[in-house]
Amino acid sequence: HDDLKEMLDSNKDSLKLEAMKRIVAMIARGKNTSELFPAVVKNVACKNIEVKKLVYVYLVRYAEEQQDLALLSISTFQRGLKDPNQLIRASALRVLSSIRVTIIVPIMMLAIKEAASDMSPYVRKTAAHAIPKLYSLDQDQKDQLIEVIEKLLADKTTLVAGSVVMAFEEVCPERIDLIHKNYRKLCNLLIDVEEWGQVVIINMLTRYARTQFLNPNHNESLLEENPDKTFYGSDDEESKQEEMDTALLPKRKPYVMDPDHRLLLRNTKPLLQSRNAAVVMAVAQLYFHLAPKAEGMFEPHLKSFYIRSTDPTQIKVLKLEVMTNLASETNISIILREFQTYIKSQDKDFVAGTIQAIGRCATNIDEVRDTCLNGLVQLLSNRDELVMAESVVVIKKLLQMQPSQHSDIIRHMAKLIDNIMVPMARASILWLIGEYCEHVPKIAPDVLRKMAKSFTNEEDIVKLQIINLAAKLYLTNSKQTKLLTQYVLNLAKYDQNYDIRDRARFIRQLIVPTEKSGVLSKYAKKLFLAQKPAPVLESSFKDRDHFQLGSLSHLLNSKAGGYQELPDWPNSAPDPAVRNVEVSEWTKPSGREKRKEKVEKPFYSDSEGESEPTESADSESPTASESESMSEIESASDSRSDKESDEETKSDNEKNKKKARKEKSKKRDESEDSGQSEGEEKTVKKRKGKEESSSASSSSSSTSEESSSENSSSESEEDSESDTEKKSRKKSSTAKPSPRALEAKQKEISLLDLDDFSSSPTFQTSPSPNTSSKSLNLDLQGLTLTDTTVPSEVVSPSLGAVKTYELLHRITGEGLSVEYCFNRRPFSPDHTMVSVQMQFTNNSETELKNLRIGEPKLQAGMRMQGFKDIAILQPGQVAADTLGIDFYQLLNPSAGKLMGMNEIKEKLTLPEQFRSDQAIVQRVMSIANLGRVPCGLDNEYRFAARTVSGGALVLVTLVTKDGGMAQLTINCEKMVIGTMLVKDIMQALTQ
Amino acid sequence: MIHSLFLINHTGDIFLEKHWKSVVSRSVCDYFFEAQEKAGEADNVPPVIPTPHHYLVSTHRDRIFFVAVIQSEVPPLFVIEFLHRVAETLQDYFGECTEAAIKDNVVIVYELLEEMLDNGFPLATESNILKELIKPPTILRSVVNTITGSSNVGDQLPTGQLSNIPWRRAGVKYTNNEAYFDVTEEIDAIIDKSEIQGVIDACIKLTGMPDLTLSFMNPRLLDDVSFHPCVRFKRWESERVLSFIPPDGNFRLMSYHVSSQNLVAIPVYIKHNISFRESGSTGRFDVTIGPKQTMGKTVESVLMIIHMPKGVLNMTLTAAQGTYTFDPVTKMLIWDIGKITLPKLPTLRGVISLQSTAPKPEENPTISVQFRIQQLAVSGLKVNRLDMYGERYKPFKGVKYVTKAGKFQVRT
Repeated sequence: HDDLKEMLDSNKDSLKLEAMKRIVAMIARGKNTSELFPAVVKNVACKNIEVKKLVYVYLVRYAEEQQDLALLSISTFQRGLKDPNQLIRASALRVLSSIRVTIIVPIMMLAIKEAASDMSPYVRKTAAHAIPKLYSLDQDQKDQLIEVIEKLLADKTTLVAGSVVMAFEEVCPERIDLIHKNYRKLCNLLIDVEEWGQVVIINMLTRYARTQFLNPNHNESLLEENPDKTFYGSDDEESKQEEMDTALLPKRKPYVMDPDHRLLLRNTKPLLQSRNAAVVMAVAQLYFHLAPKAEGMFEPHLKSFYIRSTDPTQIKVLKLEVMTNLASETNISIILREFQTYIKSQDKDFVAGTIQAIGRCATNIDEVRDTCLNGLVQLLSNRDELVMAESVVVIKKLLQMQPSQHSDIIRHMAKLIDNIMVPMARASILWLIGEYCEHVPKIAPDVLRKMAKSFTNEEDIVKLQIINLAAKLYLTNSKQTKLLTQYVLNLAKYDQNYDIRDRARFIRQLIVPTEKSGVLSKYAKKLFLAQKPAPVLESSFKDRDHFQLGSLSHLLNSKAGGYQELPDWPNSAPDPAVRNVEVSEWTKPSGREKRKEKVEKPFYSDSEGESEPTESADSESPTASESESMSEIESASDSRSDKESDEETKSDNEKNKKKARKEKSKKRDESEDSGQSEGEEKTVKKRKGKEESSSASSSSSSTSEESSSENSSSESEEDSESDTEKKSRKKSSTAKPSPRALEAKQKEISLLDLDDFSSSPTFQTSPSPNTSSKSLNLDLQGLTLTDTTVPSEVVSPSLGAVKTYELLHRITGEGLSVEYCFNRRPFSPDHTMVSVQMQFTNNSETELKNLRIGEPKLQAGMRMQGFKDIAILQPGQVAADTLGIDFYQLLNPSAGKLMGMNEIKEKLTLPEQFRSDQAIVQRVMSIANLGRVPCGLDNEYRFAARTVSGGALVLVTLVTKDGGMAQLTINCEKMVIGTMLVKDIMQALTQ
Repeated sequence: MIHSLFLINHTGDIFLEKHWKSVVSRSVCDYFFEAQEKAGEADNVPPVIPTPHHYLVSTHRDRIFFVAVIQSEVPPLFVIEFLHRVAETLQDYFGECTEAAIKDNVVIVYELLEEMLDNGFPLATESNILKELIKPPTILRSVVNTITGSSNVGDQLPTGQLSNIPWRRAGVKYTNNEAYFDVTEEIDAIIDKSEIQGVIDACIKLTGMPDLTLSFMNPRLLDDVSFHPCVRFKRWESERVLSFIPPDGNFRLMSYHVSSQNLVAIPVYIKHNISFRESGSTGRFDVTIGPKQTMGKTVESVLMIIHMPKGVLNMTLTAAQGTYTFDPVTKMLIWDIGKITLPKLPTLRGVISLQSTAPKPEENPTISVQFRIQQLAVSGLKVNRLDMYGERYKPFKGVKYVTKAGKFQVRT
């Protein structure tokens, strides 16, 4: 290799490259090039990127063998870890972690830890990949690695998710507790994760679900148990049993699927359409292990399992298995006809498999047993011995079920003993004759005579059956066979095989009474000729059920290293609250990188409200983020979409969401730039002393908010198709002061911006209303309607009925809590504004000074009139003020095209308690500030209103019918408002 | 995950090995050779072979065995799917996935394998990303590279890696913007059961970030579909259109299945009469093939393969059209017919000579048929239109339909 060494030592990159290419080609062919190590490793810092890469390839291949020399290269990689180019950082970490040299474990550990908080998700992904490498090198690092895994699990990028779950599976699959907090996120991200990561995540989540949720088939199995009990029990017991059952049943809670369980099933389903077979299989096994069982899924596809002569053997075997399992009374004739073709195949192993399959069909389906048996008997004359032998074995098993009817078959088989040479078949025939010797009393002794003659030449299993036959005949027909038996036993006594010698000795003692033989010989007949249960013909795939479907262990039916057992369902579900994500800390090293991150919005994943069912308690928890950037509380509480009954609306939603997202992505760039300066609605700045607040405000939206913003945007984006409508929708959705809505367009806004000096802990904002975010949204839509146009009969709603919402929780606000409500009063300074009443409470020990509204960042056209600054707020003091907001709702230029009322109709059933006049009126009024309009009919209620800002008219008509049925009609020129109103009134009236 | 990969040719020669973890000796392949011998035909080699310390997972493609070595639990399909992805990537890079192509480009193959797996876990398998990392060889580039010493390896992180559409590279530019779709349908048939497996392959050369929507005249035909990751599932579910931002270059957009309920007639029929006389050592052979319901299209590239029973010594036949060969060793009768031109129907008839000592074959052979019909999707599937959003230019669009025989077998 001297020439190669020379080339590597030269100054020319092209020569080096040529040399490295030749070396790599040698490695590829499996040639040993380890002696070149010193020459190659020198080039690790080469400027030429291709040379460098090839050196890496070489290094990783030989470092293990040349540990000392490999250490020379480490410093290069350490330098690489600091490179500004993320690809170089990542590849440095990749190579560093691939060098399997124990000395550098601490360096690797450090590098992984650092990379795990790198701002590039690609580097973080590489860090996740490095974890199992380090773990396999030094298992003592486990605890530290788990910390890194925990950190990376919280990562919100799809790029990292698959890799870190893979690391989790290899390092600490038992730490299921690490998954809790990330469960919903993983479910929601799943569809955007790369396909290999999907497989790993789905398999892990299958195991997770088995530990956390209840068996969805539990109820069914209960039902199935009952008939069983009554089947065996006598009549008396039956009635008792029933009583007991009814007594027991109420105690059992009816099974309700955990929403998180449903979330997993729902979010994996679209992946069945993946091009990647491994993903499809992973989803299939997930459904197999976690979903409620469905019957008869495969029957319609029976013909897809027909076997082609060109199918590989293993496919043939599996298809046979499937067809056998699908066999039922209705399709058995088709299946048997198909099997008949297979029996003629040239592949004799396949024929043998088919015969076994026929046997199994025969045992499972009584109607065809005789047909199958006759068919198999015909095969006994097959020229192929294997086929014949297999038939004998199967027939033997079938005959055991009803021997008396088939003595002619037994006789036929006795004749075959002269021809069949396959030991298993001979043994089977002998056993049959012995077992049913009373059916063939004449032939049996003759068979024994023949076998005695050939005894010494037989295979062991045949010899054992000859002894068996001799013993049975001796017991039933000792006159004819006594001598023969003794002859056989004598031959067996001197057999080479100790099993046979043992058997002979044992049987002689048992059947031939001597003085020494004990009590047992009296029972010899009972022992030998006892009624034996018929064997169950079982599938060869039967016993592998306990392995997770689709795993290597399942395929091989033996546990492979690293296989994780699939746990049984728990009897009672562990606390589902562990999956609630209380605080999502979102600390990012630099603002610029952060924004980059946000651009990576999931492509497909949409987290519908359903996915975050129980997070309303979130705002209770304090946050403690020490960094400059603000962490925000997830505002994902959403009680809505579970109740979305209308399938169509739903799909519309999704459709629209996608459209909206597309638009959003277009807008994203703009909004990024302007994100910091515009869009803030209400900024309550709180200052202590003279400190200057940094202007780096806003910019702290978490992905959870992004997702929830989708919720709200979808909420508002219903039904409409046309472009103009879309525009108007967007406008109106952006017109919501809630951050959830704002983020539909702009991602980096927080409602409350508490600027503070950097040394003190920053305040957490909690823009999420505690309970009914839905009606908040509705109210914020500008639906607080004034009653100016409505005549005097209007029942004006009392203030007490108006809900208050939390704007800032006292813990997150460090003692300051802010509540607000829509007081449904005209805002006196400006009548086009909606009045919002704010209530400030100081719960802290110290006094708060100088509370005022910061620079409001409003959408174009929106206006806000703030309250006066509150100079001082004493501990325990409560202050109230009102601010007005014009949501700029009708200045939408495209609205003109939409003029004319949109009508939305819904049917609903009123519960008992809401059927009175008063109740209905009260419920409707509590939802929106509507005025009741009198109308002539008893069963009809009308409400009307106009939006504050734009003066859009709304008419709500409710017609009640017999039995609580009712029809709700809403006419409004604003489709969005109409839809939302329908939804809310529906909800208010049915719950 | 995946420890090592061995590529083995048909003569049992290991011509490439790659290890992602510690080196596994190539002697582990002996277990594979053993299984291969036992299986006889290449397709019958079990996909997973357990050995004392490892498991071998293999696929057979283009006369190459891809043998992956794994050591612990991993879903077998995961490995198999990955091996296929390797083969497809090589095909994509070199135009063919043959031993010669791999040997000629061994360094590029090695670099690719290095990028595709990290520590045995797939890292970058998207063709668009790989092509940014490692440029495919072209004659021009290799000339330029030798002169300038520049390399095939990119030094920037592919943009796709970080974006939410990893399958598309950024900054795509073409002077001619084209989008072609090939709808290929294969008919699998066996007695009364026949089904259609279709694929839509796309070749998209469009500038920028086009967002395409492909709609069908009759999307309800499609039964069991699977998509390239770029296709938006939800749009398909709600509107039955394919909405996607395509990768750059060639890719498989979707594959589908047309169920037997919607079945259209099989486009050819076969009349056959193959019999062996009970006494004597001869048999008769008479096969005719004809088109039926081909919508006026010609059936081309017709080929018939019949695996005759063991007892057949030789066959003396006359072909009315095309040529036939019979291999007395493998007992394969191959009849290459070509195009069927009406009204003349291709027939092949003659005498079968049997081994006189052997008994009459009990089994009648199965006839496998291959054919191809241009400009016809046998299921009746029709592309309605292709719309492009996100870019301003007008692309050139085209759709091509082909129907082929898949696993088309006639039992006699």
